[in-house]
Amino acid sequence: MRIVVGQGSCGIAAGAEKVRQALIKEGFTAPELTIAGCIGMCYLEPIVDIYDDNGDVKRLVKVSEMDAPKIAEYIRTGNIGLISDLLVSEEDAQFLKKQTRIALRRCGIINPEELADYEKADGYSALKKAVTEMTPEEVIEVIKTSGLAGRGGAGFPTWFKWNAARQAEGDEKYLICNADEGDPGAFMDRAVIESDPHNLIEGMLIGAYAIGAQNAVVYVRAEYPLAIKRLKRAIKQATEAGYLGSNIFGSDFSCNMTIKAGAGAFVCGEETALIESLEGHRGMPRLKPPFPAQSGFWRKPSNINNVETFANVGWIINNGGEAFAAMGTEGSKGTKVFAVTGKIKRSGLVEIPMGKTLRDVIFDIGGGIKDGKEFKAVQMGGPSGGCIPAELIDTVIDYKALGATGAIMGSGGMVVMDEGTCMVNMAKFFLDFTAKESCGKCVPCRIGTTRMLEILKRITDGNGKEGDIELLEELCYGIKDGSLCGLGQTAPNPVLTTIRYFRDEYEAHINSKNCPAGECSELIEYYIVPEKCKGCTLCARNCPVDAISGSVKTVHKIDTEKCIKCKKCYQSCKFDAIIKR
Amino acid sequence: MDNKIDMELIKPVLDEYGEVKGSLITILQQTQEIYGYLPKEAIEYIAQRTGIEISEIMGVATFYTQFRLTPVGKYLIMLCQGTACHVNSSELILQTIKDELGIDDGETTEDGLFSLKCVACLGCCSLSPVMMINENAYGSLTPDKTKTILRQLREAQ
Repeated sequence: MRIVVGQGSCGIAAGAEKVRQALIKEGFTAPELTIAGCIGMCYLEPIVDIYDDNGDVKRLVKVSEMDAPKIAEYIRTGNIGLISDLLVSEEDAQFLKKQTRIALRRCGIINPEELADYEKADGYSALKKAVTEMTPEEVIEVIKTSGLAGRGGAGFPTWFKWNAARQAEGDEKYLICNADEGDPGAFMDRAVIESDPHNLIEGMLIGAYAIGAQNAVVYVRAEYPLAIKRLKRAIKQATEAGYLGSNIFGSDFSCNMTIKAGAGAFVCGEETALIESLEGHRGMPRLKPPFPAQSGFWRKPSNINNVETFANVGWIINNGGEAFAAMGTEGSKGTKVFAVTGKIKRSGLVEIPMGKTLRDVIFDIGGGIKDGKEFKAVQMGGPSGGCIPAELIDTVIDYKALGATGAIMGSGGMVVMDEGTCMVNMAKFFLDFTAKESCGKCVPCRIGTTRMLEILKRITDGNGKEGDIELLEELCYGIKDGSLCGLGQTAPNPVLTTIRYFRDEYEAHINSKNCPAGECSELIEYYIVPEKCKGCTLCARNCPVDAISGSVKTVHKIDTEKCIKCKKCYQSCKFDAIIKR
Repeated sequence: MDNKIDMELIKPVLDEYGEVKGSLITILQQTQEIYGYLPKEAIEYIAQRTGIEISEIMGVATFYTQFRLTPVGKYLIMLCQGTACHVNSSELILQTIKDELGIDDGETTEDGLFSLKCVACLGCCSLSPVMMINENAYGSLTPDKTKTILRQLREAQ
């Protein structure tokens, strides 16, 4: 019997550690009480899996520390009735059953802090195969056959980058992992590192072997302390076990690995900016060419891949490139992990073969929109991506097909929006982000994004002018053309896609000073529907500026002159008597 | 406050990384971990030990959002500004914190207990809106829940 408490960052934030402590109080200890990373059913955290001796599992969801005694009682007596209210429903179980997991194959199953768990799950067998049975060229060939492309967003063929670094002249080469997962709304890489850190190390080592690198570096966001802690521990374990270091598996291949914590700059997701940051400088992109494959970290040949890309490598070596290429579409092979969040019923990590549709992810797996609202759009690719509207829900998940919508595959963030999300406000949100994160090197990006933000602010404040949409478009193309790196080249995408699909919303803001989604506070006012108001006084008590008048059991009224539109009354009303208009 | 800066504390950091090229960010991170921010004296000392110009160190320190040039409170509230949090009304949580503590983004309460910083995505999107207080994440926040958390921390004093 084994009790596994899911302890990724999300699980811990939801209370998983309290649950584990409560189970310890009930007398359970290691090894029967253990932890795992993130299974990806974030909306059901904390999750506890109870494995019986036959390996069958009972999955308990939304567990609280108060449930520990009855879990203990169930384990002692086998009386399933005790935990029936905690068991995962068949509907929720489908969330995982409908997925095809390769990059996430061990996430939430093994203990990320134990090397033995990883080894038992086939760990390091791919590395052994690569360094003892294959030449570096053969490894690159297998990756080429697999069709694996960069999962960080650009979708560049991985084998091509590896081959370029392999061919580059120089004895000293570097392999770098980009774990600076900066897209707001994306957390695939965090989950992989927290839940299966050795898988990343193994994938990186195979890559290092293929290109001939002796040094590997992982650049991780500082906002991910748990990921850094687990990765550090895994590197130490792998070094002690001889998977990392000199003469790996008795071969001539030697490689060391270090971690560098990023310091909070979105632009460092761009590979040359990342290299600048690794060298201790401000993260400002370099001119390309020369490409990192020729002149990267310390001006040596370097190869940079994303976490998810590496997480697929071990599986491909063990199962063959053909098996990976058998999944997906003509131009996009294998699987892709998405972090699905926002106004969706089941939020979490979804890994599915390329070629499925957005509908499969959002409705079939994700369960559709929360609170019975209408699906409006999905934002993909973060600040570099765009909003795909409801009418394109059957778009196939494929680099080209998604690109054609104006959005991008991106690293895998999928933020789902409902009818209450204002698309102009959404565009403003992203521009606010890119304007802050622009490194300032290229004038069109630095000043252009600021100007665009000003225009978007004035539109959402109700001061939009005729011609603003055209002005935004003009700025968009100027910034795209005049910026050196991916940040500036893609920063206008959220604006361009929202103008393309939701132009009427922009026009409503500008021409009729109206926010159709009811989100822009300057363009709405709160109103109490007399028929619905019970006179409970709750709204008046919550109002910070005394704008609501009315006594007990009489209809209340909002003084719109005094109202600061803080939304507190709207949120506190238990009778839905307060509306936006 | 600056006259209390004990330079002995960061000597080991510079002994380890002072001569290692490319270590400036690591040195600054560890310095900040020790003092809670980057004191002026420490920056001067780092310049002296590494040979890197003060202007360059300041360039790096001001480029990255992680670094602070002023002290922070005992509890550093990092409020997530990611897309999922935004869609799930993180703005209301920001307003609640501002109202409750009387501070704005980047400020510290007078008693030195709380500092507020709006940060990029914390990666706990399914629990949005989220904040982190000294490495503990708090998810699915509502204005009431946020107030309770802050009051509990204050009362624990």
